[in-house]
Amino acid sequence: MSSAAAGSAAGSGGAAVEFRGIRRSYGSTHALAGLDLALRPGELLALLGPSGCGKTTALRLLAGFDRPTAGQVLIGGRDVTDVPASRRDTGMVFQAYSLFPTMTATENVAFGLRMRKVGAAERRRRAGELLELVGLGDRGGSYPHQLSGGQQQRVALARALAVAPTVLLLDEPLSALDARVRVQLRDEIRRLQLAEGITTLFVTHDQSEALAIADRVAVLNAGRLEQVAPPQEVYGSPATAFVAAFVGVVNRLAAVPDGPGRVRVLGASAALDGPHADTVIVRPEALTVGAADGVDGVGEPGTVVTRTFLGAVTRLVVATAHGEVTVDAVTRPGLPDAGEPTVVRLDTARVRAAT
Amino acid sequence: MTRGRRWRVVVLAIAAVYFLLPLLAAAEFSLRSPGGGYGLANWLAIVSDPVLLAALGTSLQIAVVTAVVVLALVVPTAVWVRLQLPGLAGVLESATILPIVIPPVVMAAGIAFVQANLGGPVFPALFASSTTALTPFYVILALPFAYRAVDNGLAAIPLRTLVEAARNLGAGLPTALLRVVLPVIRSAVLGAAFLTLALVLGEIVIARILLYTDTFPVAIVEVGRSRAGVAVALSLASLLITWVLLLAVSLAGGRRSPADRASS
Amino acid sequence: MTDLLDAPAADTDPAPPRAAGRGRALLGLVPFVGYLLVFLGGPLYFVVSGALSDPDGRPTVANVVAALTEPQYHAAFAGSLTVSAVTALVGAVFGTFLAQAVLTSRPGSPLRRVVSTASGVLAYFGGVPLAFAFVAALGQTGLATLWLRAAGLDLYAAGFRIDSLTGLGLTYVYFQVPLMVILVTPTLEGLQPQWREAAENLGASAWAYWRHVALPVLAPAVVGATLVLFGNAFAAYATALALTSGSIPLVPTAIASALSGNVLAGRQNVGLALGMTMVVVIAAVMVAYLLLQRRAARWAVR
Repeated sequence: MSSAAAGSAAGSGGAAVEFRGIRRSYGSTHALAGLDLALRPGELLALLGPSGCGKTTALRLLAGFDRPTAGQVLIGGRDVTDVPASRRDTGMVFQAYSLFPTMTATENVAFGLRMRKVGAAERRRRAGELLELVGLGDRGGSYPHQLSGGQQQRVALARALAVAPTVLLLDEPLSALDARVRVQLRDEIRRLQLAEGITTLFVTHDQSEALAIADRVAVLNAGRLEQVAPPQEVYGSPATAFVAAFVGVVNRLAAVPDGPGRVRVLGASAALDGPHADTVIVRPEALTVGAADGVDGVGEPGTVVTRTFLGAVTRLVVATAHGEVTVDAVTRPGLPDAGEPTVVRLDTARVRAAT
Repeated sequence: MTRGRRWRVVVLAIAAVYFLLPLLAAAEFSLRSPGGGYGLANWLAIVSDPVLLAALGTSLQIAVVTAVVVLALVVPTAVWVRLQLPGLAGVLESATILPIVIPPVVMAAGIAFVQANLGGPVFPALFASSTTALTPFYVILALPFAYRAVDNGLAAIPLRTLVEAARNLGAGLPTALLRVVLPVIRSAVLGAAFLTLALVLGEIVIARILLYTDTFPVAIVEVGRSRAGVAVALSLASLLITWVLLLAVSLAGGRRSPADRASS
Repeated sequence: MTDLLDAPAADTDPAPPRAAGRGRALLGLVPFVGYLLVFLGGPLYFVVSGALSDPDGRPTVANVVAALTEPQYHAAFAGSLTVSAVTALVGAVFGTFLAQAVLTSRPGSPLRRVVSTASGVLAYFGGVPLAFAFVAALGQTGLATLWLRAAGLDLYAAGFRIDSLTGLGLTYVYFQVPLMVILVTPTLEGLQPQWREAAENLGASAWAYWRHVALPVLAPAVVGATLVLFGNAFAAYATALALTSGSIPLVPTAIASALSGNVLAGRQNVGLALGMTMVVVIAAVMVAYLLLQRRAARWAVR
């Protein structure tokens, strides 16, 4: 991949980032209550959580726009807690409205270079390269108000990358965009990030975004870190009830002990690692529906309450003796309709205890 | 943000001194008694001086008539434009800026020409007294501010919906205006009225050039030549009264200032 | 009171119907437009026609020429232009700093409300109270004069007079600053915090941010507002009239003298020519202001 954007040697774009014991309080409100989080060089870490969970606070603390009440922020092993924002060597992309309105796209992208006293010709060249990289090579002379939302964010990305920062910070960069543009841009951001190898912190409230592009996902809730793990693990093995409920849809089912380390749920016997639990979590895609005259007697009979066509997946809510269960079935002919009887079967390997 | 606190304090301090000092000085000056010490003699002069009292009466009369004419012109027109000719809103706003382009002194010059040179039945009647001569032109002076104030008031209400609802229930347009719209834009209308009052109580250019010396502000200036203390007291008084009235309208109107709006 | 002069809020009505019966609708404007034509257009007509004719009614440009070239009017123009330009600049600079100082103060503090209502009232402070207030402060026996004399600075011995061009200028600043605060606050509020943060993130110092990002955005609005201040001072006469009836060299003073036959009789037409010049100057200023406003609106966040 071209090393156009990286001022330093190709592929060495990222530095390690660390939040050590970070607390940020406003009087008696705690936006962050003791955050310990480390980013590995070159990884894209998604900071995921609902509004008010502290993710934007953490990002701003890393950028230097805010000071922690306690704790340290380290970039590349260096304590930058007292370093002002303009000297932290981070590149930030804001949610919206961050392009300087009186400058063209090229001038916006070149701004950081200008602050670093790079010569005019060199600035223009580098800005041109970066705009080319984000697919806007021919729009350098346009002003922000002449660009669409998606185009503006691309320029913002180019601008952040122009100074070859060691850390890239993205503050919900896709939230203000249309759905289609969002997906396109999301993939482009990931592509660029991998090419430059730059350590990236990506803040979002959209779990599908986080799951799609992150190397690891950190789930935050009310100022506390709930889980930090690769996407598959966060989704498949949620560490807490909050993570399970926030990331994807989940079924909470009552479980009856069935011998040591085993429970009986939905008419099947499943092994449970760890201590026994009364409630288990099962993802909708770990369930299937089949004909009422079941072959092996395993499974829970019920009646379909609603059937929702979601494209590749059809979501069925089935009323059983143990309550309503959500099943995500691959769309195919032969699925039961609302009001029809059916049997819900469980993939016993994908049962987790609810904590 | 505690960054750069110092410059803000400096700026605000200078502003405070510069703006409060003349007011304090005027208050102090107006309270000076002849022969040393302080007293309320200057402030009470208006009560005892028939010329000043008469002038105040004349000016208040002019103010009332001016305010009524201004509102009678502005409110229906502003409503009409919003309802029937929304495309012309910009044109009308420019039209209301026109009076600002012609300074009062120039307007007075043009009127003086008519006053001196033209006869016939209309003009002598027009120029017969200060009330008849000045009011029509004070309306022009007040027009830009009154229109802006009323138009802003109308912008904040669902005008079309209200008028249509009123007409649907049987009211004619004038009734709808009077009984439905006017009460809703009450604070904007009052603001426009008090602005007009402030204008009339302070207008001396046209009055002086046209040689009408019986209005309140002109009388104050005349008094100022011999009894400065009285002049200061009276002008402070007229300022304070209109200030209080405008503040009351602003607070009672309940609209937040743009600064507050932006901070939330 | 500044809310009376705000830009209007978003329309809360549904879209209006098509322009059927447009002629009838236009009729509704007749009273308003008619009134303007008679009582504003009338005087203006007489000013222009008088400016362009001699005392006997014959058309001529001699008056305009005289107004612009005679030495006695040079002092008047010089005085008016100087005091307008200086007070516009002083008012613009201080007004912008004051507006920013208020905007960046803690939200909810009484400071904002006090300044915004005060600005509204002070900007429309008539000439009469203002003149007398300044006489009370800086006149021969004024409070500030006495304090300064006690502190060792004798203004009047140094040649200062309140009823001079300098004294007038000092007085004008009193309404120029609040007017600037009113005109420039909306644009200052439109400065997005993200611009500041993005600039900082890219390595800009506070000065660099102002120079490269904020000032270019503010420039059209600030320059436009300064022009309004210029026009405002140029047209003003009440303050000068209240301070003294004729000793300050200003164009309005010259007009008043010409009209009253003071000094030289039969100069009414030249007086009208002077008036016409004033209208041209102010019209030019307002047009420039409107053009700059349109430019400033481009940078505003949609």
